[in-house]
Formats: sequence, C-alpha cells, structure tokens
Amino acid sequence: MSELSHMFGDPLMQRALVAALLVGVSAPVVGTYLVQRRLALLGDGIGHVALTGVALGWLVGAGLGLVPNDVLAIPGAVVAAVVGSVLIEVVRRRGRTSGDLALAIMFYGGIAGGVLIIGIAGGSSGNLMAYLFGSISTVTSTDLVLTVVLCALILLVGIGLRPALFSVSHDEEFAVSSGLPVWALNMAVAVLAALTVTVAMRVVGLLLVSALMIVPVAIGQLVTHSFRRTMAVGSVIGVVVCVVGLSATYWYPVSPGALIVVLAIAVYAVVAGLHPLLARRQPARDPHPDIPDDVEVDVAATTTGTEGECER
Amino acid sequence: MSTPVIDARGVHVHLGASHVLRGIDLRVDSGEVVALLGANGSGKSTLVRTVVGVLSPSQGQISLLGSPLGNGVPWHRVGYVPQRVSAAAGVPSTAAEVVASGLLHGRRLALPRGWRRQVREALDQVGLADRADDATGQLSGGQQQRVLIARALVRRPEVLVLDEPVAGVDRPSQEAFAATMTRLIGDGLTVLVVVHELGELAGLVTRAVVLRHGRVVHDGAPPRPHPDHDAAGHQHVHPHTSELPVHSETEFGLTDGPFGVGATEVHP
Repeated sequence: MSELSHMFGDPLMQRALVAALLVGVSAPVVGTYLVQRRLALLGDGIGHVALTGVALGWLVGAGLGLVPNDVLAIPGAVVAAVVGSVLIEVVRRRGRTSGDLALAIMFYGGIAGGVLIIGIAGGSSGNLMAYLFGSISTVTSTDLVLTVVLCALILLVGIGLRPALFSVSHDEEFAVSSGLPVWALNMAVAVLAALTVTVAMRVVGLLLVSALMIVPVAIGQLVTHSFRRTMAVGSVIGVVVCVVGLSATYWYPVSPGALIVVLAIAVYAVVAGLHPLLARRQPARDPHPDIPDDVEVDVAATTTGTEGECER
Repeated sequence: MSTPVIDARGVHVHLGASHVLRGIDLRVDSGEVVALLGANGSGKSTLVRTVVGVLSPSQGQISLLGSPLGNGVPWHRVGYVPQRVSAAAGVPSTAAEVVASGLLHGRRLALPRGWRRQVREALDQVGLADRADDATGQLSGGQQQRVLIARALVRRPEVLVLDEPVAGVDRPSQEAFAATMTRLIGDGLTVLVVVHELGELAGLVTRAVVLRHGRVVHDGAPPRPHPDHDAAGHQHVHPHTSELPVHSETEFGLTDGPFGVGATEVHP
C-alpha cells in the first residue's frame, strides 16, 4: 500500500498517469469511427507520417538554434499528422488510388522521410526511438498541458458530434442525401485521428499508436450490439490497460507502451475466448421472424430441415 | 400550378466513362405517387441518387421543393431510402441508432429533444418497435430494409424517395410496406419510388415513368398489369404493340433481361 502511495506521490509518475488516462479514454473514441469506416490501419499510416514531422520539427529547431533540439518535434508531428490524414481523405474521396495503396505509400514515405531528415538535422535514427516506442516517463508539464488540451478537443468533438459522425461513417450516401456537411465531417474524423496519434505517441509510441485506437474497440464489439456502447466499453478498456500497464512499469523495468498493447491484446484474447460461453448462456431465441411466406411446403420436409440444423 | 416537389430538367449524368442518364425531364407534383420503372441498368437508381444529391449531373438542373440542389434545399422535408447495403459495417449498431441518424439533416448535427420517442414511433410504423435495441446485422434482409424506411420516415418528410424498397423482400413484408405507404400517402406524402414491378403498390401509384437506356420512354398512366401478372406459372402471352419482341416469362421478377420489365409492363 505504501508502495502505491509512493507511486502516486512521484510527480513524474503523476504526469505520466494523467497522460495515460486521457489517452486511454480518447484513442478508442476515435478508433470506433475508424473501424466503422473500415480504416483500421489509418492510425498506423498517420503514425508513420508523424515520424517525418518529428524529424522536420527537429530540423527546424536545430536550424533556429533552439535548445533542446527537439522542442519543435511534437508540433512538427501534429502538423505532419494532420496534413497526412487530410491527404488520405482527399485520396479516398477522389478514388483514383485505392485506400490501402495510399496507406502503404504513406507507411514507407513516413519512415524513410523521418530517418533521412533526422540525419540531415544532425541527429541519428536513435533519436527517433523515443517517438517510435513512446517515452511516457519523460512527460514534462508543457507536454501534459498539450495532452490535456488535445484530449479535451478529441473528446468534445468525438462524443459531442457522435450522431453526425456516426451517420457519415455508417452510410455516407444517406448523409449526403440529408444535406449534412459530409466533407467537413469526414475531415473532422481525419483530423481527430491525426491529433489522437500525436497525443498517444508519448504513451505507446508511433509504431503502436494504432493498437490503442483499434484493440479496445475490437473488444467492445465482442460484448455489445450498439455503436454507443462499443465506444464506451472501448474507452473503459483503454483507460484500464493504459493505467495498469503504466503502473506496472513502476516496479518492473519494461517498456510501458509495449506492455499496454500486450495487455490490451491479452484482454481481447480472453474476451474472445469467453465469448462463445457467454453467448450460450443467453436465452436461445429463434432468429427467424415469425411471418408467413407464400410457399407451400410439406410439414415433413420442414421437420427434416430443422433436425439437420440441430445435428450441426 | 404550384411549385413542383421534384423538378429535373435536361439531366445528364456520367458515371466514369459511361453516359448513364441522357437528358431526363422529370416533374413530380405535391401529392403524386410516381413509380420509376425500367430494366436493370436503365438508369433508375442513378436518377433517384441524382435527385437526392448523391450524384452530380454533368448537365441540367434539379430542384427539390423549389430550391436548386445544395444547401438551400429544406432537407428535413425530404426522406431517402437507398437500396439496401448487404454487408454490415465494421462496428455493430442498433436499429434505433440507425434510425436516429435520420433525424440529422442540413446543419442539424445533434439529435433533437425527444429523439427516443420519435425513433420508436418510426420503428413502430414499420412494425419493428420490439427490435429497436437489436444489432441491425442480426435482422433479416426485409427487416433491415424496413429499418432504412424508418430512418427516412423519422423526420416526417413531405417527399419520400425510395430505391427498390421491396427488392428481395418476402410477400408479407411487401404487403406490410404497402399498408404503411397507403397510410402515409393518405396523409399527403409525395412519393418517387423505383420498382421492378408495381405489385402491391399498383393501387397507390398515380403516374409511372419508364426509363430505357437513360431516357424517359413513358410518362403517364401506370401501365396496366396483366391480370394475375405475378402469379406463379403465369405465361406472358398477351401481344405487345411496341417494337420489342414478344417473349414469355414464367416467373416474373426473376427475368431481369434487357427487355424484362420495360417490355412487358408498358402498354402504350
């Protein structure tokens, strides 16, 4: 117990825990929209592009002689991530290149650009490790303020505009026919995804950012029937794995980002494993609606069909 | 004459390289129930999708309720039922959530007060009130189609545009659909509906427009269906006065060839 209070008393840990908590809530909110529009890998694409942004920020910082060199790294990541996600949305809209091809090109371009530019800026690819795999233990007060502001924005838009964002993600054609500002709403989802990537970058790192957006949603999907509850369950799971994973690293010297993601996947595996057992306990209901059809059949033939079903 | 509800003039639509609609004029007045008939590929769906603003015409103008397509259209007075999309989306959503999205239109991005009651009423209209909290992916095809109809009805539109609302739906659901439509049309709803066969709607339709190869080839009284036209085993043997070849169908609705509906349904 005293060890726990010790952990909560550590200002470094306090900041890290607040950041992890906020990211744990926000990432699955945005992830729900991405899964809904079948863009689960978009977060990865943005993460890769954000790496180029980190290196560009570094280059500009070094050029201006700022101390430390990487003071512009996070703003650089925010800008690059937003530009990258807007670009993907434009490409998706034009439909010239298929979405997955555009994502693939983003993956390669982002990493290659990042490594190339960091070299020009006088750094080494080693400097990028903190961004690739997270560095939550080094969250400064300034970082924390930025994280709070961005997460507040993500939650405000992601939850406040849920019906409209749901409409656009669920059936874009119907949203257009309702006169909704579909273009603006699509852009909102793209920008939300970009901001989420940059805030989650500190916690789990750019390479694992998408896992925090997608895996909790995958767990939510297993246990609910509704969009709203999938999002809520995803957020709860996100918070739990982030806080538990981070706390564990206070005692065990492992990478917090990797531990958080492994925990999330473990929860998914357990829930997916238990799912058939839970589903069986629900009262069995005949899924076929009880309405007459206009076909005449022998009753005998129907019974045989039912028996065949039972044997399987 | 009052302002037409739908007014399309000289509409051309290109989809990729193909010239799908080739100069369509379509006017629907308040209180009319217009059926849009034609074979597969004749441009029916393209026309209704253009009318509700999903596709942009390459030429021509379209006005909805007196305003040219765009932000000026009072979208809350328009309901659209697209063709059913078969694959369920990535994240499960309940029937109530899908129907609630019909309450958003134009610049209204948040659900209005009392949306739960409105959603339940709309689901009740299509006979699915008890399935409100079920995932749409678990509903049958006909039920999913009815959820989409409820989504269009929830905003209490003055004009309803439906794209094949009864395609692949069993006979009893078609009858239930016709009963719902009868009630709404009695209340003054204007309807533009794409159908393959008039079927249960025959008594409601006030005018029929037949498309063929992206052009209007008939605009007027609904074509008379042959007595027990869609009865099983019915043979099409009545003479056709058009230039199209006489042919027979044994099972109506399964024949969707180039001369499927247009040739058999139009009796000029």
